[in-house]
Amino acid sequence: MTTVIPPPSKRQKREAVERASKLEEPEEIPTSSIRVQFVHRANNQPTGPSVSIPLTQATVKNLEILLNSLQGVNDAPDRIPYRFFHERRKGGADEEEEALADNADIWTSLVKSGIVGTEEELVLSYSPQAVFRVKPVSRCANSISGHGEPILAAQFSPATSSRLATGSGDNTARIWDCETGTPLHTLQGHTSWVLCVAYSPDGTMIVTGSNDRTVRVWEAVTGKPLGGPMKGHTAWIRSLCWEPYHLQEQGRPRVASSSKDATVRIWDVISKHADIVLSGHKASVSCVRWGGTGWIYTSSQDKTIKIWEAATGRCLHTLSAHAHWVNHLALSTDFALRTGFFDHTGKIPQGLEEKIAKAKDRFKKAATVNNKVAERLVSASDDNVLLLWDPFGATPTKPIAKLLGHQKQVNHVTFSPDGLYIASASFDNSVKLWNSKDGKFILTFRGHVAPVYQCCFSADSRLLVSSSKDTTLKCWDVRTGKIATDLPGHEDEVYAVDWSPDGNRVGSGGRDKAVRLWRH
Amino acid sequence: MPQNEYMERFTKQHGKRLDHEERKRKKIAREGHEAANRAQNFRGLRAKLYAETRRKEKIQMKKKIKAHEERNVKSSAPSEPSSTALPQYLLDRSEAKNAKALSTQIKQKRLEKAAKFSVPLPKVRGMNEEEVFKVVKTGKKTAKKSWKRMITKPTFVGVDFTRRPVKYERFIRPMGLRYKKANVTHTELGVTVQLPIISVKKNPQNPMYTQLGVLTRGTIIEVNVSELGLVTAGGKVVWGRWAQITNNPENDGCINAVLLV
Repeated sequence: MTTVIPPPSKRQKREAVERASKLEEPEEIPTSSIRVQFVHRANNQPTGPSVSIPLTQATVKNLEILLNSLQGVNDAPDRIPYRFFHERRKGGADEEEEALADNADIWTSLVKSGIVGTEEELVLSYSPQAVFRVKPVSRCANSISGHGEPILAAQFSPATSSRLATGSGDNTARIWDCETGTPLHTLQGHTSWVLCVAYSPDGTMIVTGSNDRTVRVWEAVTGKPLGGPMKGHTAWIRSLCWEPYHLQEQGRPRVASSSKDATVRIWDVISKHADIVLSGHKASVSCVRWGGTGWIYTSSQDKTIKIWEAATGRCLHTLSAHAHWVNHLALSTDFALRTGFFDHTGKIPQGLEEKIAKAKDRFKKAATVNNKVAERLVSASDDNVLLLWDPFGATPTKPIAKLLGHQKQVNHVTFSPDGLYIASASFDNSVKLWNSKDGKFILTFRGHVAPVYQCCFSADSRLLVSSSKDTTLKCWDVRTGKIATDLPGHEDEVYAVDWSPDGNRVGSGGRDKAVRLWRH
Repeated sequence: MPQNEYMERFTKQHGKRLDHEERKRKKIAREGHEAANRAQNFRGLRAKLYAETRRKEKIQMKKKIKAHEERNVKSSAPSEPSSTALPQYLLDRSEAKNAKALSTQIKQKRLEKAAKFSVPLPKVRGMNEEEVFKVVKTGKKTAKKSWKRMITKPTFVGVDFTRRPVKYERFIRPMGLRYKKANVTHTELGVTVQLPIISVKKNPQNPMYTQLGVLTRGTIIEVNVSELGLVTAGGKVVWGRWAQITNNPENDGCINAVLLV
């Protein structure tokens, strides 16, 4: 008893034909051409002569090929993807930058809307994108129980995504084998909660800081303790940071630890002895970062950020522009310093000299702006504001930008690995994305329904993962600001999240005591 | 004993003496001296009684002072004793944790409340008032206005119940239909024991029946389970527990119930 649909009437047929003919008509792009001048974004130097391009051909894909050939790269597999930015000038004074989407073309995005005319020269600044692509994580590959108490910190090894270290409230840290989803080693020794863990940049050692006021060092491969605890702090440890690989003295790596007792200690890991004690803060030191030029940055609950010289322990600058606790710091070179000589190719240099040279090279590449090695600093505070600093600029004690927009305390801030973006996680349930060049607000990632605790960029800077009190992780697309994937699964608050430097896995841990590994 | 609020009435009509506040202040100021005088000069039984009351007063005073002191102390809350581990960025912030505790507490409470009413017999046959009450028509006035009712169902009356005077007794609960004990089954232990009823908690038919203590099928009663020797999670002996009536007491002449666990 099926009903046969009556044949379309004459009118319906006519309308369908009309509709089809309309669709077929292609959008007409004038045959005129436009002159384009490419400018490197980091140093503002023009690349090659200005080129005249027919508008019909001027898509971003073709511009990429053109720019590659201008730089002498003609083989398809060697080409580097670029992102192009166009500087809009409004009334001369304030300038605004707009990135062109990957599938855009110059006619529709710039000329048609009258932003530029075909008569004038179009200046496009470009910055290289990561040549590899990280796929968004979408599923929980493993949920591994083992810890007896909430997990408070997690970090992947810089060498490989198959090793994850976590610190927990059950007084132990654990190393997990992420390939099989099994616990590898239990690092026992602390007598209270393990609050922070950090892999050394060469991936051979792990340092843990605990509520029992000690710092311990472990062998990353075997999980054996390297000597006893490093005692000296009189309160719990808040943050740890290794000396950058290219600055380390041969066979004498150092690590900086900040504590609630308002001091930062720089430990010689081998002799278990505090080299220097940086005392000058008046309250708990919330975060410590060791820059690639030998400066140490510390933030504190006494509302100040201090810059120290690691060699002498001298305080260079005190930055006091915040109105409340400073919670977190991030450097534009964080990713390069954390991974040392490891990169996306997986090639590890053989000799020590080459390793140091490569680490130094990677740092320089990340830090260079306008032909100058200068790392930038961003600080997150309880006064709901982020401040962007240029410690190597003319006025290091004045912030170059004030990043306003959060409505509650900002807990965590991070630079993207390519240094173009800043992401900040706040207790107002949002993550915000900022331009790292001038601190302009770009967009807000909305979706969490409770305070966001941590966030982490993928190695190619195209994705961001955030962990929240609402028991979920969310993976965001940085370019569109939309959720790439929602990752529910945790049964309670997620305290720690990390994206492995090679981009394969995301590891997270929280109050439900289980480590979860997320994969594509 | 004053039979009326005559003092308040007087002040309302005529106001207070002009030096009332001053006299009051002086009286209060004098109190200490008077107390000391009494303490020093009373003799015999009076002295004993006075000393006893004074001792009790002092205990109360000290308790109060201690409570005030505790309130004023700024607690160094995050110093440690939080039992659950927290990440370093939350350790200095105590408010959030409290809010969480509170919300879980509320959730727990709601759960308990919901569980209280998930009972073995969720639905019972409805009874209207004509079935439960019989109109009493004895006596001239009562018959005329017919305001008196006799409850035709079994009832529970408390141990200290005395009937009201005839003139005021609107509901009669007949002696023959009063019950003090119920046969209560503990489903998990699989035993049935006869236990004294403590009270009627809820009659699903009508809140008025709950007040009157009418026992029908589905009624929640509180029974004295001290004989069973049940213990709470905290280790205290439970003595009152809720049970639901499972039979029709008006037909059977006894009360059977299941303990709610």
